[in-house]
Amino acid sequence: MIRLEQLCKRYQLGDEPVQALDHVDLNITAGEYLSVMGPSGSGKSTLLNMLGLLDTPDSGHYWLNDTDMTTLDEEARAAERNCRIGFVFQAYHLIDRLSARENIELPLVLTGTPPAQRHLKVNELLQRLGLDRHADHRPNQLSGGQRQRVAIARAVIRKPALLLADEPTGNLDSHSGQDVIELLEELNSEGITLVMVTHDANMGRRARRRLWMQDGKLLKDEQDAQP
Amino acid sequence: MRSPDLLRFNLRLLTGQWFRTLMTLLATAVGVAAVLLLTGMGEGARRFVLEEFNLLGNDVLIVLPGRKETTGGIPPLTGEGTRDLTLGDAEALLGLPGVRAVAPLVVGLTQVEGGGRNRELVVVGTSVELFHIRQLYVSQGRLLPETPLDQAEPVCMIGPEVRRSLFDQQPVLGRWLRTGDRRCRIIGVLEDRGVSLGTDMNDTVIIPVASAQQLFNTEGLFRLFVQVQHLELLDSVKEEVLELIQRRHQGERDVTLITQDSLLGVFDDVLKLLTLAVGAIAAISLVVAGILIMNITLISVSQRTSEIGLLKALGASERQVHRLFLSEALIMTLIGAFTGVVAGYALLWTGHWLWPQFPVSVPLWALIGAVLLAIGVALLFAWLPARKAARVPPVLALKGISDAHR
Repeated sequence: MIRLEQLCKRYQLGDEPVQALDHVDLNITAGEYLSVMGPSGSGKSTLLNMLGLLDTPDSGHYWLNDTDMTTLDEEARAAERNCRIGFVFQAYHLIDRLSARENIELPLVLTGTPPAQRHLKVNELLQRLGLDRHADHRPNQLSGGQRQRVAIARAVIRKPALLLADEPTGNLDSHSGQDVIELLEELNSEGITLVMVTHDANMGRRARRRLWMQDGKLLKDEQDAQP
Repeated sequence: MRSPDLLRFNLRLLTGQWFRTLMTLLATAVGVAAVLLLTGMGEGARRFVLEEFNLLGNDVLIVLPGRKETTGGIPPLTGEGTRDLTLGDAEALLGLPGVRAVAPLVVGLTQVEGGGRNRELVVVGTSVELFHIRQLYVSQGRLLPETPLDQAEPVCMIGPEVRRSLFDQQPVLGRWLRTGDRRCRIIGVLEDRGVSLGTDMNDTVIIPVASAQQLFNTEGLFRLFVQVQHLELLDSVKEEVLELIQRRHQGERDVTLITQDSLLGVFDDVLKLLTLAVGAIAAISLVVAGILIMNITLISVSQRTSEIGLLKALGASERQVHRLFLSEALIMTLIGAFTGVVAGYALLWTGHWLWPQFPVSVPLWALIGAVLLAIGVALLFAWLPARKAARVPPVLALKGISDAHR
């Protein structure tokens, strides 16, 4: 499903150039559960941004479903992001002035889905994530765990094939973190490809496939035997 | 993104920051209201003048003594080398074919005494024809008697203001009034008409023209009004009048003829230009409002950088983000312009209510122009910040917050 070939990305951090991705080769098949670990500045977030089409590589190729993403322009990348990729961020990135429902339906709004259809889909998801009571609450009326659930709902409302999570439990206490990770795993078990960046080794160990990165290179690629 | 969604999204944003929205809105509203108010007043002034002149009727020729190019009313006595217009001229003019009526006019200031009070007033000497030509009516009593022009009569008519200032509420018909060294009996009171052609007819005493000539000791007339029988005859009568005057004045065409159209044309042009000028000045405030909108949009963009990043991550294209910010400015402007239109009209109508003689009317071009300019300025000034927002790289936009926690 995903194939990275000799992907490179270099940043200028102050005076110092940082090699965020150094000739990365990676294959991910559909339905995999992948964790990316490594120290700060190892390039794991950059890798996630590359996979999520938020960033463009300096060189190399990225095939998503056999399409070379590096040849697409920003408009096309935006369309790909909308329908194939869901993002979960550490800081939730919910829009404060919108209710939980409105936050969740944002990707649908962007594609111009009629309200009736949106309502149905959002209701279904709210129910599933146990958020129906909070549909009309603003993010600041929700707990951290609930906020991240809303963010996850928003990420999967378009039924994307790929779910990218950047430290999804980083801002949560262990209990709600556990909840969120279980939700993500549940979604993965239904077929969605899950890539999670974390520096929490306990969280990372739960994934069936674990990548370690350092200085923009893939250090280690561990994989459990298929159950 | 569907338009209702876009609208809702933006309204949520604007109501969320209502104070900021209100201020921007106010700037646009003030700009639009200023344009409407100033052009409305300019147009009102134009209409006011036109209406005043229209009362004269466009079938009336004004004959001024002396040959001059201006339209001012310098009294004939000061004009050197020109012959006076006389009552003889007036009667000769009446004999011309195509002329329906001739009204002479003598104007002067004199002490007027009545009811035991004393005032210096404008005294107008004329004939009954003037009332027909100028569409003046009486509220009490009757008009001047229809006597030969050269016959002085000890009668007068007074304007309502004269009546108020000299006699208060007492009955005035039949009472004596002293104008200069003569006495006359009040036979009529004019209808309240306000200022007309620069002369406040409310505050004048009107006496037969021959009486006025004696009073001011002059042969010469201030001017003559000549009404033609048909509008089409105006040009030919003009020529005949000039020829007649030439015959009577030993070969000199020493009069100036003014038609209402020529007067109106000048006033119309001047006042239109004036309206346009004040409208343009007011429009500057709209441009200022535009700059404010640019500022607000810039602030909005930098405040919402992470939101832009999020929207992009969720699949918003550059075009969508651009449109989002443009429409935010546009909605604000539309509400502001609407408020401005309402406020502008409200002020104008309040003015009209306070001063009913003054017609107010916003020219259509000013209304449409103000609204279009507001929209245009908003789009123009919001364009750059919106493009800046659209060009924000998604990963940088998201970093704003996510970086701090890494």
